[in-house]
Amino acid sequence: MAYTIKVNAVDHSVDVDGDTPLLWVLRDVLGMTGTKFGCGKALCGACTVLIDDAAARSCITPIDSVGAAAITTIEAIGNTLSGKKIQRAWLDLDVVQCGYCQSGQIMSASALLASKPNPSDAEIDDAMSGNICRCGTYVRIREAIKQAARSTGTDGSRG
Amino acid sequence: MCCSDRFGFVATARASEASRDANLSRRAFLAAGTAAGGGLLLSVELPALSRNANASDAGAFAPNAFIRIGRDGQVTLIMHKVEMGQGTYTSMPMLLAEELEVDLSQVRLEHAPPNDQLYAEPLFGVQETGGSTSVRGNWEPLRQAGATARILLEAAAAQTWKVDANSCHAARGEVIHGPSGRRLSYGALADKAAALPLPRNIPLKDPKDFKLIGTSAKRLDAPDKVNGTAKFGIDVKVPGMKFAVVAACPVFGGRLASVDDSKAKTIKGMHQVVRLDDAVAAVADHTWAAKKGLAALDIRWDEGPHAKLSTRDIVQQLVTASQRSGVVARQQGDPGKAMASAAQKLEAVYEVSFLAHATMEPANCTVHVRPDGCDVWVGTQVPTFAQTAAAKVTGLPPKKVEVHNHLLGGGFGRRLEVDFILRAVEIAKQVAGPVKVVWTREEDIQHDMYRPYYYDRIAAGLNERGKPVAWTHRVTGSSIMARVTSELFPKTLRVMRAAGLNNLVAMVRGLDVDAVDGAAEPPYALDNVRVDYVREEPPGIPTAFWRGVGPTHNVFVVESFIDELAAAAKQDPFEYRRALLDKSPRAKAVLELAAKRAGWGRPLPSGSGRGISLLHAFG
Repeated sequence: MAYTIKVNAVDHSVDVDGDTPLLWVLRDVLGMTGTKFGCGKALCGACTVLIDDAAARSCITPIDSVGAAAITTIEAIGNTLSGKKIQRAWLDLDVVQCGYCQSGQIMSASALLASKPNPSDAEIDDAMSGNICRCGTYVRIREAIKQAARSTGTDGSRG
Repeated sequence: MCCSDRFGFVATARASEASRDANLSRRAFLAAGTAAGGGLLLSVELPALSRNANASDAGAFAPNAFIRIGRDGQVTLIMHKVEMGQGTYTSMPMLLAEELEVDLSQVRLEHAPPNDQLYAEPLFGVQETGGSTSVRGNWEPLRQAGATARILLEAAAAQTWKVDANSCHAARGEVIHGPSGRRLSYGALADKAAALPLPRNIPLKDPKDFKLIGTSAKRLDAPDKVNGTAKFGIDVKVPGMKFAVVAACPVFGGRLASVDDSKAKTIKGMHQVVRLDDAVAAVADHTWAAKKGLAALDIRWDEGPHAKLSTRDIVQQLVTASQRSGVVARQQGDPGKAMASAAQKLEAVYEVSFLAHATMEPANCTVHVRPDGCDVWVGTQVPTFAQTAAAKVTGLPPKKVEVHNHLLGGGFGRRLEVDFILRAVEIAKQVAGPVKVVWTREEDIQHDMYRPYYYDRIAAGLNERGKPVAWTHRVTGSSIMARVTSELFPKTLRVMRAAGLNNLVAMVRGLDVDAVDGAAEPPYALDNVRVDYVREEPPGIPTAFWRGVGPTHNVFVVESFIDELAAAAKQDPFEYRRALLDKSPRAKAVLELAAKRAGWGRPLPSGSGRGISLLHAFG
């Protein structure tokens, strides 16, 4: 049946079964490929998006559970203050390697920073533990989150 | 910095196919010509048979190599080494830009098309990214390519101004006449530079003059990877594309017996079930419908000869094989005699299990097979093998197969293999229009080609001071090299030349130099040594190079055993190693530095440990 979902502030109508995960709606139906498929079981975090500002694994989020919630993906996370800070810090510290997991890392980190502007190490570990990086960029990810937390201003510059 | 089109899709691959192996040095390959769209093209001059049938290519009279400069001044660098996280899309541009005298912010990158003649890795003889070769193999060739272009641009400017070329120098995409301060952009000079003869001498910079090399340049691929615009193979979008999910027989060597697709047909969005000899694919409007369709199939497998095979059987086979004498990798002194007279003897067996690559981006490949050609969109470490594989399955000549390479969401050796490309082409042959074949994570793990299960017997004799005076090590396991070289060698003499005499002799003797890499030549002073290799293939299980290849297995075995020796000698593991490194000053310095930085000897909190190990590899 048809579902209307709001992705990055734009309404989209899609005609798929209600059990279709948001991931495949984004990637295959809407052509928004920034959100990645890694496992399909919420084990790796590559598919992380924001649903009403909370990080969620889109690979196990059926389309019929989304309703009118606001979905934010990597393509638009730079429009949020925390997302912009995180992206800036990611570039400053050259966090990425192969980069495949980084959409999910950035979404989880942005959600963390939006809810906890100065996260502790334990809070960073807790928020990021579901995001796997096969290249092993974890050390830089943690440092970048701390740098983003220290930064101020809407342009993402460090304070 | 340009982001959105940095990895612009290369629609007009103008690679040429040489009809025979070209025994030409890379230097001789460099030739200048004019690019189709105008401008300077540095390329390889070979017997060119136009590979691309597109009409838009008519008039392109030279193939791509590494640098293209348009009349608009756009500098495009063609990346023959793939980016899978290791940083080649920054290090290769640095080599080119250093000598070309452009800033990294001025360049645009393109993925290279498949072409062994143009883009072979000098250390392999084929177009391949792997084995930590990219910088080692391309350190000079890419700098020469950059320097050649710069020399021609400087000469073109000198001609324009009617001045001595020595009074001109290049900087940031411009040539400057020193005495007068006149400037011309590379774009303005491109046509004239393209008409000039190739310089005979291509002096390279003195390292003290490096501006980029040696700096921690920002990754050129990073901006696209933090905003979702980076395109990996799995992100390809082709008009009219269908989506497929595949299930191969869960037992290696098994075949498809039958499929009942009556339930799958009722799934919304399902289009087609493709039956292969040993696999089934569901083709649908999107991946989820394909997954549901696949799950709804009633598949019967003929599990074949390995239906009852267990891990225990595989290990037992290796145990038995490890009793055989192997092909000698290193023999020095008389280890038997030294062992017999040693004050203390230690023996150990180390086993390392099969390992999947588990790239974050699961295996995937998008293919469009047509009667007159085939397009393959994929992230691969071996573009020419991908082309050959697709040609074989389709029956098309290789020049009719376009391979569009992409960023790789991890490689680790998995994308040195073309099994998932073969599979996708087999499926696409039965599908009208393009189809994206994505393996589920389960399929990706279950049908990986694994790092071999190795069974290592290792022994040492210690003298009364605990120093090793005898050392034997037998590696038993699958030979990846034997498989790969059997696939490579019929292909070209170039591979043999790249391999070098020592490797060729080893191969003829049956020695897998990768399987003993890190075992045959540990950095330590060992006087009486025998290291040998027994090849034993696990029944039915495919094996492949895996992240760091041979040394990953051997460093674990050798260094674990060194720790055992240190413990037996009641010595500190760092000091024990250090005492064996008097003849290896560099290794000793590395070890000492690591110990210093790790705070070796400082107390640790309870529940924490500290270890040290040493390996020489990829030098």
